[in-house]
Amino acid sequence: MDPLDHELQNPNEIISHSAPADLSRQINGCMEHVSFPPLSRFAVCGGTHGNEMTGVYVVREMKKKNVDKVGRVSVMTVLSNPEAVHLCRRYVETDLNRCFTDALLSAPLTASSPHEMKRAHELNALLGPKGSQQAVNLLCDIHNTTANMGVCFIFYHFDWLALHIYRYVQSKISFGPVRAIQFHTPLPEAYSLESVSQNGFALEVGPQPTGVVRADIYNMTTETLDLIMEWIEKFNSGTVFEGGDVEAFSQTRALDYPRDPTTDEITAAIHPQLQDNDFKLLRAGDPIFQSFTGEAVKYEGEEAYPFFVNECAYYEKKVAFQLAQKITIRLPSISVKN
Amino acid sequence: MSSSYNSSARFNEARRVAIFGGTHGNEMSGVTLVNLWMKNGAEIQRKTVDTKPFITNPRAVEKCARYVDTDLNRAFTPENLSASGGKELPYEVQRAQEINRLFGPKGSPEAYDVIFDLHNTTSNMGCTLILENSKDHFNLQMMNYIKKSMAPASCLVLLNEHPLLKYSTSRSVAKHPVGMEFPSCTVEVFRVSERVDYPRDANGNIIAMVHPNLQDCDWEPLNPGDPMFQTFDGKTIPYQGTGTVYPTFINEAAYYEKQQAFVTTRRETLVASAIRKA
Repeated sequence: MDPLDHELQNPNEIISHSAPADLSRQINGCMEHVSFPPLSRFAVCGGTHGNEMTGVYVVREMKKKNVDKVGRVSVMTVLSNPEAVHLCRRYVETDLNRCFTDALLSAPLTASSPHEMKRAHELNALLGPKGSQQAVNLLCDIHNTTANMGVCFIFYHFDWLALHIYRYVQSKISFGPVRAIQFHTPLPEAYSLESVSQNGFALEVGPQPTGVVRADIYNMTTETLDLIMEWIEKFNSGTVFEGGDVEAFSQTRALDYPRDPTTDEITAAIHPQLQDNDFKLLRAGDPIFQSFTGEAVKYEGEEAYPFFVNECAYYEKKVAFQLAQKITIRLPSISVKN
Repeated sequence: MSSSYNSSARFNEARRVAIFGGTHGNEMSGVTLVNLWMKNGAEIQRKTVDTKPFITNPRAVEKCARYVDTDLNRAFTPENLSASGGKELPYEVQRAQEINRLFGPKGSPEAYDVIFDLHNTTSNMGCTLILENSKDHFNLQMMNYIKKSMAPASCLVLLNEHPLLKYSTSRSVAKHPVGMEFPSCTVEVFRVSERVDYPRDANGNIIAMVHPNLQDCDWEPLNPGDPMFQTFDGKTIPYQGTGTVYPTFINEAAYYEKQQAFVTTRRETLVASAIRKA
């Protein structure tokens, strides 16, 4: 298998090739060292979905302990959607984590704008504006999933700083695995909260049912955050983080449930052999659904890695699971600009 | 509990059985199965029994929410069932009155014989049959039969007869007569003892979570001194009861608002009389 070499001048530029049966794509950052200005503002967000409880309690605890600094970096703790948290629902009127596209943020608000649209504008003013130099340097948005994904860093575009943080966490964490998931959304179309900051990522931790806080999931999340803050201090103090390879899961597509053509109700559940097997390679012929009358539905398509398998919030988004290819990202070395 | 082993209790035939789904609109197994059986009920039909599948809370099912106004599975109190007010009443109270009319009235000879109410939980309870009355010989015999038929797969029995902790459920509308001869038997049950809430602050917010050592350990012994809760800043709070208990409903999402982290139970063996059709 030939790795595909790209010289990425602009880290946001992705070239996708549909090479046959190629499970490993190599993406090279420019091999020069990259410097960044010192980090001054770090935001930790929870409750972007009001029933994903880990982030809610992490943010509450950080506020109780008055965590507002790490070294000389100011830390903001934000409960993104307090009304949804109070109702213990994902959202009040519309999914807050789909409200941050450039188009939606620049559209004027009216009295009949949904609650979450108004909140998105407020968050953009607080943590952004998106795309500007005034936006917070770093943002970590804490989410839970009902899928068996463990701890995942989710990136919406290539971001060397955030990827280095991921690599650092992965090397030091006491449990594992910790994985990186790479989506490819150009910034203007990026719809999630962390796109408002200069270097943002989501922390997705599961499996946890909605409305429940599990101590093991909470502990993995706080350990991850402690390591992120440790990295921030090291970075600002001048540590050079060496370049190297990072393996990531690059999202390619999503598959819906089989549905009844007249009622649109789902007619099958995730198959027991796929259930809880996120990131286990799926091959053509493997069972993916079991109909309610007992028949197995088989996967057709190229080999891929499933994730977000049976995420409860995705039934309404017509997603049974997502698929990814494994890629290798070559990170440049980075440090703070003096 | 004394029953002579030589005489059988006699019950009328059970002719009408109902299977409820969607009593909580976001508990998907019951919703899915009942919808399936309403489309094609062959699997649940038997020669001498009329079995009716029924969605009890359709508006909650539509919203994929536990309930719309109030918990339907706490709504079958005598006060609610006789309340006047029609469409002004909370949605679930209206539903309770309708269900009582269709499948009851509760406590009368016209009531359905058996109701199976299907639920899901976020706790790691496996398959659990919930019994409300330790002297219901029909139900005890039926549960014994179910347990033996499912073995080696496990099916435990939770007895909720506690005067303060039991509640007025959808299934309580039915009475429980019986079929053929079943000799006297013993049934192991877990009897509900007390409800344990999360530690909370002055504002009612929880300040700790179920401890990792207790999480997912439904039905396993909890001894005094064993870890029970972990505070958000990492301290362990031990169980301080007087003896070993068997916790269940550990970390059920719907019970945060009912002030319950888990319930404790004690193991007990009930004796069921021999029963036969009258």
